[in-house]
Amino acid sequence: MQHFSQLVFTLAQSTKTNEKLDALSRYFATADEKDKPWVLALFSGRRPKRIVNSTLMKQWCMEVSGLPEWLFSECYHTVGDLGETIALLLPPPNTTTAPKPLHYWLDRFLQLEKASEAEKSAFIRNAWDQLQHTERFVFNKLITGGFRIGVSQSMIVNALARTYNIAPAIISHMISGNWDPQQTTLSELLNEEARNTDDSRPYPFFLAYALESPRGELGEPDEWQAEWKWDGIRGQLIRRNGQLFIWSRGEELITEKFPELTALLSFLPDGVAIDGEILTYDQENDRPLPFQALQTRIGRKNVTRKQLQEAPVAFLSYDLLEYEGEDIRALPLQDRRALLEKLVAAVHQPALKISPVVAYSDWPQLAALREQSRNNGSEGLMLKRRSSAYLVGRKRGDWWKWKIDPFTVDAVMIYAQKGHGRRSNLYTDYTFAVWNGDQLVPFAKAYSGLTDKEIAEVDNWVKRNSIEKFGPVRTVKPELVFEIAFEGIAASNRHKSGIALRFPRIHRWRKDKPVEEINTLDDLRQLLRV
Amino acid sequence: MEPVLTFTDKGIYCAAGDFYIDPWKPVPRAVITHAHSDHARPGNQHYLCTKDSVPVLQLRLGQDISVQGLAYGEQIYINGATVSFHPAGHMIGSAQVKVTVNGQTWVASGDYKTENDGISGAFEPVKCHVFITESTFGLPIYHWKPQSAMLGDIRSWIHENQQAGKNSVLVAYSLGKAQRLLYNLQHAVPKFLVHGAIFNAHEMLRSQGWPLPPVELITPQTPKEDFKNSLIIAPPSATGSSWMRRFLPYALGICSGWMQVRGNARRQNADAGFAISDHADWPGLLQTIKATGAEKVFATHGFSSVLARYLQENGLEAEEVKTAFGAEEDDTPVIAE
Repeated sequence: MQHFSQLVFTLAQSTKTNEKLDALSRYFATADEKDKPWVLALFSGRRPKRIVNSTLMKQWCMEVSGLPEWLFSECYHTVGDLGETIALLLPPPNTTTAPKPLHYWLDRFLQLEKASEAEKSAFIRNAWDQLQHTERFVFNKLITGGFRIGVSQSMIVNALARTYNIAPAIISHMISGNWDPQQTTLSELLNEEARNTDDSRPYPFFLAYALESPRGELGEPDEWQAEWKWDGIRGQLIRRNGQLFIWSRGEELITEKFPELTALLSFLPDGVAIDGEILTYDQENDRPLPFQALQTRIGRKNVTRKQLQEAPVAFLSYDLLEYEGEDIRALPLQDRRALLEKLVAAVHQPALKISPVVAYSDWPQLAALREQSRNNGSEGLMLKRRSSAYLVGRKRGDWWKWKIDPFTVDAVMIYAQKGHGRRSNLYTDYTFAVWNGDQLVPFAKAYSGLTDKEIAEVDNWVKRNSIEKFGPVRTVKPELVFEIAFEGIAASNRHKSGIALRFPRIHRWRKDKPVEEINTLDDLRQLLRV
Repeated sequence: MEPVLTFTDKGIYCAAGDFYIDPWKPVPRAVITHAHSDHARPGNQHYLCTKDSVPVLQLRLGQDISVQGLAYGEQIYINGATVSFHPAGHMIGSAQVKVTVNGQTWVASGDYKTENDGISGAFEPVKCHVFITESTFGLPIYHWKPQSAMLGDIRSWIHENQQAGKNSVLVAYSLGKAQRLLYNLQHAVPKFLVHGAIFNAHEMLRSQGWPLPPVELITPQTPKEDFKNSLIIAPPSATGSSWMRRFLPYALGICSGWMQVRGNARRQNADAGFAISDHADWPGLLQTIKATGAEKVFATHGFSSVLARYLQENGLEAEEVKTAFGAEEDDTPVIAE
C-alpha cells in the first residue's frame, strides 16, 4: 500500500502530464505483480463495490476521534473531501503491524461485500489503527471512491505503452472489456492471444473535438459526412458467439438495463460491433425524446413496465467496427458506412436505427441546417471525414463536433457553497436566480466557467457579503450578475422554478449588468417552447 | 466590575489604561503584540512592544515612530493598568499582552504557537482570569507534525530535487516563517538565496545579533549556476509571478499551515506543501486555554465560532469576537499567515 500511496501522492501533487506519465510507468515497472492489475482497474473505472457508505465512515470516525457531529461537519466543509477529513481527524495509529500490499486490502473489500455491519466496522477501525496518515487517506479513498488526481484512462494507457513497449491504441483495446483484477495478471491482460477469448471485449471509442466553425482547413464539403449530434448515452453494441453485450463509453457493461436492445440478439448476425447512441425514442413520430426521459432509465437496474412504455430506447448506429468477426476499423468511413447501412436494413428492427446522413452541398448551407438542430432534438452536427479510419480516443483532424450555441440567460448569485478537491475551502459552487415579479427564484446551480482569478475574487466577495449561513451554504447579497449558459431546458415539477436545465455553467461574469436587468422566469418559460 | 479589556471598532481597548492592543485604526497609545502588518499598523502616536520587536517595527513603520520596548516579563504601569509582555513563540519579538486592573488579569494572545522553533522564543502560558485567544487553525484537522519531522521532510524534498536536477524554491512568509526556516535549515544546504522582501528584514535581524545564517539577495545578475545546490526562499506574493521563471527548472514547496489540506497545495500548483505554521494547532489551542486557567475565553481571528462553541460544550464560558485581524475563518489568507 505504501508504494501505491506514494504513487497517488506523486500524481496528485504533479501538475505536469509528463511527470505523471513518468511516475506511472515507473510504478508499473516496479510494483507488486498482484497490485498492478488492481491499479489499472482503479484508474479505469473498475473499482470494487463500496463496502460501506459515507455516513457509516463518518460515524465511525466520530466515535474513534470523540468529536461531535457539528465539528466533524465544519471540518468536512473546510477539507472538501470525506476520505481526507477522516484521515486528518483520526488519532495516530497504534499497532505496529507489517505494512500490507494494496491487493491485500482490495481482496478484503471483496470478501467483506456481504459481511455484517459489525464485521465491516471492526475491519475498518482495525485498518485505520495500523495505517499511517497517507495510507489512511488512500485507504479511505479506495472505499469512498474517486481519486481526482488528474489521471485519465489515456494517461494510464500511455504509461503502460511506455513500460511494455506496445502501441497505445493496442493497449487501449487490450485492457478494455471484462476482466477481473483478482484473477488476471497484467501480462495476461496484455497478451493478445489470451485476451481473444473474451467475447464481450469492446473497442476503444473514437471521440471528436469541438469545432468553432468549418473553415478552409476542412477542405471540400464533399470530403465530409455530416450527421446530427445526438444527446444520449454513447454505447457499443456487440454480438459474438451468440451473446449480446452493450458497453457505455465509460466502459461499463450496461446490457441488462436495456431489454429493448437485448432483444436484438436474435436479429443481429454474429461477429459485429456497432458504435452508436442509446436514446429514448418516440417511434410513432420517429424522433428522439428529450434527454430528461432517458434520465429515468439511467441508474436503474430493474426497468419497470411503465418506464419501458414511457421511455423506450433505441440504438442509433453511427459506425461499424467489427463485421463478420473482423476488426474493420482501418477501413475508410465510407466503406464502413455502406456495410452499416446494409446491416441495419437487414436487421430491420425499430430498436436499431441508423444515424441519418445530413445532405448539404456547401458550408453555408450546412451552417444554416445546424441552426435548426433543436427542431429535431439534436444538439448540433457531427462532421466525419469520409476517408477516415476509426481511431482511438480523442483525436484532432477526422471527427469534429459542431454544436449549436448554448442558451444563455443573465442571473444573479444568491447562494454560495465551498467546493471540493483543489477548490476546497473556496466558495466555488453557486446557486443563481432570476426575477419572478419582485421575487428572486433560484433556477440553476453551476460550478464551473470562471477562471481561478475570478473564483478568488468571488470567494473574497462572498466572505464579505454573506447575509445568512445555513450549514455550509451562505446566502449572499443578490448583487453579482453572471451569464449562465445551458444546453437544454425542460419543465420540471421537482424544481421550485418549474424548470430544469441541462449542463448549466457560468459563461461570463457580467460586471456591467445591474441586478435589476437580469432575466425573468417568464423569459425562461419562453425558451421551453423553442 | 468593569471589564479590563473591551472590543471596540478601533481594536481591543483598555479603559483603565486608555490604550489599545493591536489597533486597526490610529490611536494615541498602541500596545503591539508583534510586527506583522495586520497587528502593527501605521499612524499611531505612540507604540509599546517588546525590545526585540522595536527594530522590526521601525523597519516596517519607519525609524521616526515613537516606540518604547520592554523586556519579556517587565512590568509597566499605564494609568491604572499593569502591563507586561510574555513570549508567544510566533516570530522574533512576538508577545502575549498581560493586563491587570484591580486584581483582574486579562491576557490577549496576539498570534502564538506552542512549539519552540528555536528562534521565535519559547511560548509560555500565562495564568489569567480572561484569555483572548487567536484561532487561525481552530479546527481539529489542524495538528502539526513536530518541527523536527517537518524539517526532515523538507530536507528529503531538497535532496530529491537535486537528484532530479531541479532547483528548490520554498515559499514562506517573509517575516517570521522565513527566519524560522533559515535558522533551522542552516546546515542543510551550502547557500541560501532570497527574494528582496526577505532580504531586508533578514539583514536587519542579523545586524541585531540574531543567530541567522548569511543569505544572498537574488538579483537579475545572479548567475543561474548559483541556483543549483542552494535553497531559494521567496515570499507568497512571488508565486505565479514572472520573477520565478529564472529558477527553471525548479520545484515549488509552500510552507504554511494551510498546506495541511491537500487542495490548497494543489490549487497553487505547488510541487509540495509543508504544513509548518507559526500558529497554534488545535491541540495547542486547547492545551493553552487549559493552562491559562481562564474562566472566560474570547476567540478571535480564525475559526473563532467553532472554537468558542467547542469550549462552551466543554463547560467553559466562551465567546466569539470579530476583529480586523482576519475578521473570521474565511478571511484567512491562503498562504500568508
